[in-house]
Amino acid sequence: MDITELESLEGTALKVREHVIKMSGGGGCFIGASLSCTDIIVFLYKRFLNINPYNLNDENRDYLFLSKGHDVPALYGTLTESGIIDKTRLNNHLKLNDDIYWHPNKKVPGIEFHSGSLGHLLSVSMGVAYDCMLKRKNNKIVVILGDGELNEGSNWEAILVASALKLNNLLVIIDRNQFQANIRTEKLIPLEPLERKFEAFDWEVTSCNGHDFLSLEEAISTVYMTSQRPAVVIADTVRGKGLPSIENKADRWFCSFTDDEVKGLLKELHTKEKTHLVSETLIVR
Amino acid sequence: MTYEDLLIKMIESNQQFMVLTSENRAAIRNLPERIGKRFLDVGIAEQTMIGISAGLAIRGKIPIVHALSSFLTMRAFEFVRTDIGILNLPVKLVGGVPGFLSEANGPTHQAIEDISLMRGIPGMNIFCPADIEDLLLGMPKVLNSNSPFYIRYNNRKPLALHEAEFEIGKAEVVSTGRDVTMLTYGLMFEQCLVAKKILEKNGYSVGLINLRTLKPIDTKEIVKALRRSDLIVTVEDHFLTGGLYSILCEIIVKERIEANVLPVALKNKWFKPAILEDVLEYEKFTGVHIALDIINNLQKERNFVAHLV
Repeated sequence: MDITELESLEGTALKVREHVIKMSGGGGCFIGASLSCTDIIVFLYKRFLNINPYNLNDENRDYLFLSKGHDVPALYGTLTESGIIDKTRLNNHLKLNDDIYWHPNKKVPGIEFHSGSLGHLLSVSMGVAYDCMLKRKNNKIVVILGDGELNEGSNWEAILVASALKLNNLLVIIDRNQFQANIRTEKLIPLEPLERKFEAFDWEVTSCNGHDFLSLEEAISTVYMTSQRPAVVIADTVRGKGLPSIENKADRWFCSFTDDEVKGLLKELHTKEKTHLVSETLIVR
Repeated sequence: MTYEDLLIKMIESNQQFMVLTSENRAAIRNLPERIGKRFLDVGIAEQTMIGISAGLAIRGKIPIVHALSSFLTMRAFEFVRTDIGILNLPVKLVGGVPGFLSEANGPTHQAIEDISLMRGIPGMNIFCPADIEDLLLGMPKVLNSNSPFYIRYNNRKPLALHEAEFEIGKAEVVSTGRDVTMLTYGLMFEQCLVAKKILEKNGYSVGLINLRTLKPIDTKEIVKALRRSDLIVTVEDHFLTGGLYSILCEIIVKERIEANVLPVALKNKWFKPAILEDVLEYEKFTGVHIALDIINNLQKERNFVAHLV
């Protein structure tokens, strides 16, 4: 990846973050989790996955499954910046005239499956991966899981079965932002040592910096399709990344910001000067 | 008093109570520091939470467990049925954002078959408070009962005072009326109050019953309403199948009563995800829509009868 490409990715990620921030007004969204996986999703669409406005129904396209569905603003932002959904459409967030709300809906172009109930899409993606394998197709199948999401037992059934089925066309990326709702993961149900858990389940495992495009690229190429085993990249991220006023704040999970706060946060994204936030914290949806 | 205050009071009164959650702390955020080890957060693991609560219950504990209604009644359903239902353990299942209260979360979070599922479990009871006051009035008896209970958590501000006397299996009769009786539970109670006002302004004699518990159900008051009113309306933020409308149909068949029944329920579809007020308007569940539906039904029915005569 040369410097121009890197700058282009960074530019896109900044635009996606602007979309996310705008969706945190007028009723709100899960802004922190959206910002932690923004760079991952931008990297996947711009550098890794064969998904574009013209191949959304092509059976040879690649697949992205967003299992931690509450970070869908980052995906909608990226789909917008990839020309897959219309730019003006994000203004319909939470409006009755569209299907853009707090979790993904398959009616929106580019969404492969609905989510919101955690621990579902790893197994759904395995069905797709298995079919691609049967047909000897080279589609890449990527699933984004949250770290808190790994509490759900259904994931561990799927992790066991994926290695039994030798689904090496499957890539899991874990958005390791260290939080689940309003609590640190390691304070509630510790996940570490996470790499060793996946190794024990016979997966190809590595970790990377989930906000560094070079690091993401290197990590994926290290594990994906290197053996007969499914692959996982644990991407270390920061919840609320890009906005110092909410970064790593346990009480900023679901946020419903005022118009003024949204304006301030859009400025903060570029200047890094903290916005004075007054709206309610600890909203639980 | 808040829901948290009530739990603390109950926990202090009986050493056997424990509070569990699957990382859902909206209504109980201050409890960890207040009750220490009697608070247990298992993370996002609803099935495991139900299993643990069954284990606690066979040791004599009374677990009060919290999760969003959809994941409590659906994801963990078989655990509830098998681990709690078969032994009839007195576990109290408190479900958050049931029905329309999930607002813009989308179908994954819409618990609108929860009543249907829970009432199918032998021995399971169901409490659906109309608002926070109704919840606080009912909870002491619900928590102290020896049965498993599903509670449709509702912390909305009350629009009217409630009958303070709470009995499991006894409905709150707000009013009686010859023209129509609305049977309802939970969140929709407030819209029924609005509908009642509109109907009364238009000269109708209106009954309104807040059922409070759907299992056991107050068959006596329902039969009285069936005999008294020309029209019975069931109002619920639940699928048409398996909820209050189904309960009423079962009573009508059993008691061999002929009735004109209008169900206001979600008919074979999930609701449009949006902010609550928009949902109610879009799905035609506001008091105004309910009143109009009732007036239309009564006029049609009466024209039909007049025509026969």
